[in-house]
Amino acid sequence: MTIQKKSLSTRLIEQKTLIALLAMILVVSLLNPNFFTTGNILNILRQTAVNAVIAVGMTMVILTAGIDLSVGSILALCGAIGASLIAAELPVAVAVGTSLAAGAIVGGVTGIIIAKGKVQAFIATLVAMTLVRGLTLVYTDGRPISTGFTDVADSFAVIGTGYLFGVPVPVWIMAVTFLGAWYLLNHTRLGRYIYALGGNETATRLSGINVDRIKIYVYAISGVLSALAGLIVTSRLSSAQPTAGAGYELDAIAAVVLGGTSLMGGKGTIIGTLLGALIIGFLNNALNLLDVSSYYQMIAKALVILLAVLIDTKSK
Amino acid sequence: MGNELLKLEGIEKSFPGVKALDGVNLTVTAGRVMALVGENGAGKSTLMKVLTGIYKRDAGTMTYLGKKVTFKGPAQSQKAGISIIHQELNLLPELSIAENIFLGREQVGSLGNILWNRMYTEADNLLKRLGISRSSKTRLGELGIGEQQMVEIAKALSFESRVIIMDEPTDALTDTETQALFTVINELRDADYGVVYISHRLKEIFDICDDVTILRDGKFIAEMPVAELTEETMIELMVGRKLEEQYPRIAVAKGNVQLKTDNLSADGVNEVCLEVCEGEIVGVAGLMGAGRTELMKAIFGANPVTGGCIIINGKKVHISTPKDALEAGIAFISEDRKADGLILGLSVKENMTLAALKHFSHAAGQVYHAKERDAVNQYIETFNIKTPSRKQAVGNLSGGNQQKVAIAKGLMTRPKVLILDEPTRGVDVGAKKEIYQLINTFKKEGMSIILVSSDMPEILGMSDRIVVMHEGRISGEFTAAEADQETIMACAVGKTR
Ligand SMILES: Nc1ncnc2c1ncn2[C@@H]1O[C@H](COP(=O)(O)OP(=O)(O)OP(=O)(O)O)[C@@H](O)[C@H]1O
Ligand SMILES: [Mg+2]
Repeated sequence: MTIQKKSLSTRLIEQKTLIALLAMILVVSLLNPNFFTTGNILNILRQTAVNAVIAVGMTMVILTAGIDLSVGSILALCGAIGASLIAAELPVAVAVGTSLAAGAIVGGVTGIIIAKGKVQAFIATLVAMTLVRGLTLVYTDGRPISTGFTDVADSFAVIGTGYLFGVPVPVWIMAVTFLGAWYLLNHTRLGRYIYALGGNETATRLSGINVDRIKIYVYAISGVLSALAGLIVTSRLSSAQPTAGAGYELDAIAAVVLGGTSLMGGKGTIIGTLLGALIIGFLNNALNLLDVSSYYQMIAKALVILLAVLIDTKSK
Repeated sequence: MGNELLKLEGIEKSFPGVKALDGVNLTVTAGRVMALVGENGAGKSTLMKVLTGIYKRDAGTMTYLGKKVTFKGPAQSQKAGISIIHQELNLLPELSIAENIFLGREQVGSLGNILWNRMYTEADNLLKRLGISRSSKTRLGELGIGEQQMVEIAKALSFESRVIIMDEPTDALTDTETQALFTVINELRDADYGVVYISHRLKEIFDICDDVTILRDGKFIAEMPVAELTEETMIELMVGRKLEEQYPRIAVAKGNVQLKTDNLSADGVNEVCLEVCEGEIVGVAGLMGAGRTELMKAIFGANPVTGGCIIINGKKVHISTPKDALEAGIAFISEDRKADGLILGLSVKENMTLAALKHFSHAAGQVYHAKERDAVNQYIETFNIKTPSRKQAVGNLSGGNQQKVAIAKGLMTRPKVLILDEPTRGVDVGAKKEIYQLINTFKKEGMSIILVSSDMPEILGMSDRIVVMHEGRISGEFTAAEADQETIMACAVGKTR
């Protein structure tokens, strides 16, 4: 057996998501000079943050061969919880903590239903999606909850609108989330077990790993990150909309799949998801700058995703 | 001699990091059985995949029935008359045997309705021909892995083929099933089929094959009539050196009883009392379906225990999950590496350390990569695992090398009791011996080893004590000195002693 080095071309092909992203940036920059400016790039990153944060949790869920359709509903519920606590002038830390904890609990309970109740993830999270949306409507009485005009509300607004070293706070949140997820997936036992579970559940169980617990963890993580996204959205708008986050699961799944993660589980990277989320973010922005009407934007976005996935399956 | 059906010349094939085939030739003649032998990773399966068009060859020519051909995929080669039984089973467990056999070729009536009766009758006939006493309506998932293999063979026979390729078909078969298969192969030879037969069981090569092609490290070494070789010379050509005594049994002073089952019952297991001491190898023999795997899975906590108990070092332990078993110091290497043992998409490294990751990480969860890397590299070296690197996906390794990874994975947990279920299935002669020597090293260190095997010479050659199972019970027990093939077989079919 002779060992050969991987050729440059195979290495490049492996980075096709990155190439696609760079190509897109190049083309749009040529078409519109306003595109490639620091201001606009930061703007895009900020707009991407919400989807990217959700997509991180989604990546972990999909790596275990699961799916989470409830992210948008959790975003709305936890945003509403956060907003009402801020409106009640509780400290920001309490509001944020409660909101994140609520996300963890909702996600964790869904995880328990999937792991212990042996319900398929698609069904369980579909139920959660509807149920949690209902809870949100009940909680908000179907009306937006304003965070109010207090000092607490002002400091809460920093999460969505503030800047740190010239970079929007949501972008920092996104960066930290990705770093954390990257560390978890590549440098911890839990990360290894997540990949193993998605690759072969029986073999993972026979390796002495508590697979039920892993499942509960990933849905809980997905719940927390959805809540975090909910806080960003709520903070930015200074109010929580009961219908917020509807359809966000699809953008998150698209980012994960664009990033090369297999829906069958066990294969994929968090870097890929970051690139996938950026592609979607850049695409949205580019279509806006190029004055494409919002109806056509949907079509264009769908086609780009289809194309990317086709290229991906072809090269396998 | 019959006429040449198929000729491959100068075949080359590379994968990223590996040159799997480097100028290989193969000739298949009508009415003759061609053996294809070589060590794990020599390129046998790859050659067959190139032949049937699953992989594209980098170089070389292929002549089939006098014409130069290149198959674009298995559907095309199948249609041209080349059937293959792959080393890794490709069946659908939720469908019936008949549906699996005729998948994609269901016979339909004028209304597009499937002619079920005709399909079942034809499938039943095929099964009968192979000596399988199952209805073709049985759901495939209910069959053991050996029977599933027979279904694959039935499927290959159901095509109208000129050439039939069998990649380690007897790997999971019992002796009776193997005999039935040989009868079929002899029939095929008489009917002027060309057969390619891949196996690591050299005895079978001498029993059933006419010619042999030998590969080593992706290179063509020789092609000659089997009659011109002895087992020894064949091994020498395969591994490139002489091999001494195949079963290097060592004497180790037996220690205390380490593992004991007290009237253990589980699904398919009835009140079994089994004992293994420190530094002892206990062989467990029996026919397929005797409850050996079920017993091992019950001890390992993978199947629920319904009665009796497990005692380790004199203390009763409660084992209800594999996690409990591993914590109690029991490791289990399953006979079905693809389903139970390995995660094919993950790397060699990630597979090896999966069960033992706690040894390679901080209590809080952080993995120590350097420590892990060193341990994995060391196992790759001692087990002589052929892989371009520890980062290679296990699914890309050859069957035998996958098996070595599965064993290494069990050993990484540093068990006190090691349960090996058919550990050398699909492993080449040289590597088998390496595995035996490793087992001996652990035996010397005082590990208790349970060796479940259908390979009689292996059981006889390695065990200090042999236990025979029949219908979920122990039907006989022998010391190494008093055991022989006949008495073991007698117990295996149900005569008690
Ligand atoms: N899809 C693949 N990608 C990368 N390497 C591969 C792939 N398939 C096979 N190989 C490599 O090619 C070599 C030959 O493998 P092959 O499966 O043909 O061996 P084999 O002779 O059938 O061995 P065994 O007796 O263990 O089944 C091995 O080194 C293997 O790791
Ligand atoms: Mg093979």
